[in-house]
Amino acid sequence: MKALVWRGTQDIRCETVPDPEIEDARDVVIKVTSCAICGSDLHLYDHFMPGMKSGDIMGHETMGEVVEVGSAAKSKLKVGDRIVVPFTIICGECDQCRRGNFSVCERSNRNKPLGDAAFGHTTAGLFGYTHLTGGYAGGQAEYLREPFSDATHIKVPQGIDDDKLLFLTDIFPTGWQAAVQCDIQPTDTVVNWGCGPVGQMAIRSAILLGAKRVIAIDRVPERLAMAEAGGAEVINYDEEPNIVARLNDMTDGKGPEKCIDSVGLEAHATGAVDAIYDRVQQATLMATDRIHVLRQMIMVCRPAGVLSIPGVYGGIADKFPIGALMNKGLTVRTGQTHVNRWTDDLLRRIEEGQIDPSFVITHTVGLEDGPEMYKTFRDKQDGCIKVVIKP
Amino acid sequence: MSHSTKGARGIGAHSTNEKIARGLGWFSIGLGIAELFATRPLTRAIGLEGKETIVRAYGAREIATGVAILMSHDPTPWIWGRVGGDALDLATLATGLEGNAGRRTNLGLAMAAVTGVTMLDLAVARGLTAEKSLADEPVADYSDRTGFPRGIEASRGAARDLDVPADFRIPGPLRPYGT
Ligand SMILES: NC(=O)c1ccc[n+]([C@@H]2O[C@H](COP(=O)([O-])OP(=O)(O)OC[C@H]3O[C@@H](n4cnc5c(N)ncnc54)[C@H](O)[C@@H]3O)[C@@H](O)[C@H]2O)c1
Ligand SMILES: [Zn+2]
Ligand SMILES: [Zn+2]
Repeated sequence: MKALVWRGTQDIRCETVPDPEIEDARDVVIKVTSCAICGSDLHLYDHFMPGMKSGDIMGHETMGEVVEVGSAAKSKLKVGDRIVVPFTIICGECDQCRRGNFSVCERSNRNKPLGDAAFGHTTAGLFGYTHLTGGYAGGQAEYLREPFSDATHIKVPQGIDDDKLLFLTDIFPTGWQAAVQCDIQPTDTVVNWGCGPVGQMAIRSAILLGAKRVIAIDRVPERLAMAEAGGAEVINYDEEPNIVARLNDMTDGKGPEKCIDSVGLEAHATGAVDAIYDRVQQATLMATDRIHVLRQMIMVCRPAGVLSIPGVYGGIADKFPIGALMNKGLTVRTGQTHVNRWTDDLLRRIEEGQIDPSFVITHTVGLEDGPEMYKTFRDKQDGCIKVVIKP
Repeated sequence: MSHSTKGARGIGAHSTNEKIARGLGWFSIGLGIAELFATRPLTRAIGLEGKETIVRAYGAREIATGVAILMSHDPTPWIWGRVGGDALDLATLATGLEGNAGRRTNLGLAMAAVTGVTMLDLAVARGLTAEKSLADEPVADYSDRTGFPRGIEASRGAARDLDVPADFRIPGPLRPYGT
């Protein structure tokens, strides 16, 4: 079959690889009808996340039709079923899964020792996302083997477009969990940093959950326009050197109650020259620009507010303003998304017409154009916000 | 400024990356001066005694790069030069890792710092490169992409019925705003 394969930093190729087969009784194999490129994939493309090997198949936002069923999955799935594949692989039985903390399933990472070493304790296995989280083949391919499939799936009805359902895999529940984590009250101002696909979903989710006001920050004009269409007031950080002051101005000097980081570890530094002079002073040593957004969130958030962090981080950060975080009594909620915890409810909301997540799609291509699209998406060219691939 | 005539996303006078590039230029000069004129205390602190000559050479490199960044119309190649220099710094620091524990801590901190600067250099270099290729791109019009098939007002608050899971709820007494 054809698949998008990781060959090194900024080197993804469309190659012919062996077809996947049932390896375990709980597996199914699906024929992929749609898959997407995610901002998380960019961290692998740019190789900021460690743990990739040449030849790994990319992709964790995938849906399709069941074509082969392992013996232990037969009670839940049959050939011909249409399923959306959550990006977090879940066993459905461990302590964490039973609590609904699916993204920290204790059993689905087959490279548990690597996960333990990286994070102290392993987290769930993920499709197409490094050997730290299981080294499972991803779904930017014609076929996908799905381990633990009897638990790891979302069955969807026929008759609704793939494009409306595909994002149940990841970005819609991710934006949703980001907003739900804020426990939004009707009096709340919610600020969302980053208007990529995750930020767009977080903005719509905050509107659905009834925030008084949603403010969105980015610098890419078409992403800001899309955020505005979804009900946000927008700030272009290239035109506003002091984001914290601006947000304070907009909230009577008190700061927003709820802050969402939909940017993650590749955040651009905005006017962070101060961070560089810090290093010259040799004192507490250097800060990378990577947690620039987190610093702004901690400083601007109203005391006793909530910081919600769907943006992905991989390692260690410097110059983390722990004093402000602690003294203001902020609540921090983060994590990879517990996809299956939300998807039944979100599927209903799509069916009822409360939201149609396909609004975010700007490019639809075949697999062979996938490698080029990684670049287009990364560099935000051609108005690119979300790429869907039809293998 | 050679590129300042380009569009809003061009590498013009307002470019954040360019401002940071300038910061990195001054930083290079500061670090270079320290490496050149405070070589002994520096090498002693991080357990690299005997490597004074290398450290001084690196100091000269830093100053040259810094000046080049500040003087040039397009700092991109010089920032990429910094990335290469950072890799050298890290390699040299790594040779000191066998020292005593206290020194190892200092050295670890120094390496962390250089790693941090490397990340910044990389980000700025990539940012400058990307900004250049972004310039002059037409911007698509997404102003009608609400995502709400029945309009925003119909969907605003439509999910207030959600029963927020207990583990995501703010306890009542800690909920100072509104409801
Ligand atoms: N928690 C999860 O389960 C989960 C799931 C999916 C994605 N993610 C993560 O969410 C993040 C966003 O994903 P995406 O697909 O939207 O990616 P993306 O790269 O398309 O979007 C990131 C956006 O942030 C903007 N940005 C960069 N620096 C900024 C700054 N300083 N201030 C404001 N905006 C800034 C960029 O211009 C870009 O539009 C990534 O880190 C991704 O890995 C997390
Ligand atoms: Zn994703
Ligand atoms: Zn589990």
